[in-house]
Formats: sequence, C-alpha cells, structure tokens
Amino acid sequence: MPSFDTKKIGEIHRELHSHLPSDPALRVKALESLLVEKGLVAQESIDNWIEMYAERIGPKRGAQVIARAWCDPDYYARLMEDAGQAIKDFGYEGHATEHLKAVQNTAFVHNLVVCTLCSCYPFSVLGMSPIWYRSAAYRARAVKEPRAVLAEFGVTLPEAVKVRVWDSTAELRYLVVPERPRGTEGWSEAQLAAIITRDSMIGTQRDLSLEPA
Amino acid sequence: MNAPDDPLAPLGHDFKEPWHAQVLAGAQALIRAGHLDPTTWAETLGAALREAEAAGAPDTEETYYLAALSALEQVAPFGAETLTARKTAWAEAYRRTPHGKPVVL
Repeated sequence: MPSFDTKKIGEIHRELHSHLPSDPALRVKALESLLVEKGLVAQESIDNWIEMYAERIGPKRGAQVIARAWCDPDYYARLMEDAGQAIKDFGYEGHATEHLKAVQNTAFVHNLVVCTLCSCYPFSVLGMSPIWYRSAAYRARAVKEPRAVLAEFGVTLPEAVKVRVWDSTAELRYLVVPERPRGTEGWSEAQLAAIITRDSMIGTQRDLSLEPA
Repeated sequence: MNAPDDPLAPLGHDFKEPWHAQVLAGAQALIRAGHLDPTTWAETLGAALREAEAAGAPDTEETYYLAALSALEQVAPFGAETLTARKTAWAEAYRRTPHGKPVVL
C-alpha cells in the first residue's frame, strides 16, 4: 500500500518552487522581455545601466567635481553658473543631470536636497540614491521640519544658519557644494575628493572630516 | 524614516534584489530611447508612491521598488492582460526548466 509522507511531499514541492522567482521579479521579467521584443529598449541598454549603477557610478564623481571647484575659482564660477555644463569637463553628464544646479553652503546657509514627489536625484554624479532619500518620511519631512531631519543625521545647526531646502524635479536636480574644511590648504584635488562624502553633497552632512571617506 | 545608512559603504550593494535594479533600468532605458518623458515617469512614480503610502504600505525599500514596478507597468504600452499572460509564461518556463539550465520562453 503506498504511503504519503506529507512532510516529504511538502519539501519536494518547496524545492520545485524555490527556483521560481518572486511575483515582482516575474512581473519585471515580463515587462523587460516585452519591451525588448517590441524593440522599445535594447537588452544591452538595461544590462549596461545595471552594471554602471551597481558597480561603477558612485558619489566619488561628485566629490571630484566639488574638489575641483574648491581648487579652481574659474571652475567654481562655471559650476555655480551651470553645473550641468561644468560636469561635462569630467564626462559625467547624463540625461538626469542635463539641468543641474549647484548650491553652496556658507557659514550662514545650509542646503538640503530632497525630491518630494518621488526620487529625482543627480544619478550621474552621485550614483544610486540612498534608500532613505526615497523614503516617504524623508520626502515629507525634509521640507516640513528640515532641522529635525538634519538632527537625525547628526547635524545640529545654530539658529543663525538658515536652511534652504531644494525640491528636485525631473527637469532640475541639485548638488550641494559643502564648505571646504579648514586645514586643507595646499591639498591636491585627489586628497580633497577623498574627504567629500555623498551625504555632504545631498546636505544631510555639514562638516567634513579630514580623514578620507 | 529609514535610518541613515552608511555613506561610506562600498559600491556594489545598492540593489538588494536583481529585480530592483531591473525595474529602474527599464524605466531609464525607455527614457533614453525617447519612449518615456522623464516628467511623466516622475509623476507616475510619485503617484504610485502616494498610493502605497495611502494604502498603509510600510515605508521600506521593498515598498519603493513595488511602487516603481507598478509605475513602469503603467507607462509601458502593454495592457494588463498582455503583462499577466507573459508573467504566467515565464512562471511556467521556470517550472519546467531543470535547475541550472537557462530559462527561456
């Protein structure tokens, strides 16, 4: 008489289905295969983007831009005038940063960048946005209570320092130019770039450490 | 709010799941190919995020990417039936393909 080991059958069933991707993964697979099949996008275009943003493009690009601006007054002027153009010196332009505005922190102004609508971000100079940047809480609170948000990131601003919050859009994105720390006189661009962090270019960090990031 | 992450963490860990990267890559590829207006994408994604929030979804990475997936499904020029049929076809392909072999439709 055959016997049924329900535990064993359950294990076989789970094993069979363990190779089945999750529902969202299958939905993406369906979309991707249809988009490629209809000639709307090239498979290489998708694969290249993933490789670039998972491994190659990161905030060190923005750090190089800021370091140059700190060292070269002409470049600084060009960056403040039209950052989308200025980053082309490094070949860092991208469709998302065609219109990019650099905003300078000073002793009396601190800049903070958010996208209240979704997650617009200067990808081609900062890489993928951190997940907190895309959270509903950050998107809502950065505008309503920027000082409280900054405090959670460890930034406490004196009352005399004004906070300017910049709301990114699909058409215009922002890059914060942090203040150059004291004690870095005579440093090379490479040395300076090493201490410039991603968060300082979003505005959730204000003071930079002299230790390489 | 999600806790501040480690800004000094090395690159290469930005996507927890391959489909997270694929969904954003799909949208960016459509934009670059001129089939999707960046503003339309931002608005559709924004609406999907608001909808998730209104539905009480937790404020997590998974919720963000599920909203992005829903937005991509909306802007892609395919009906729901086409998408469901293709998803079912992939699921069947995975079920019938022995582990380790390439999965094809």
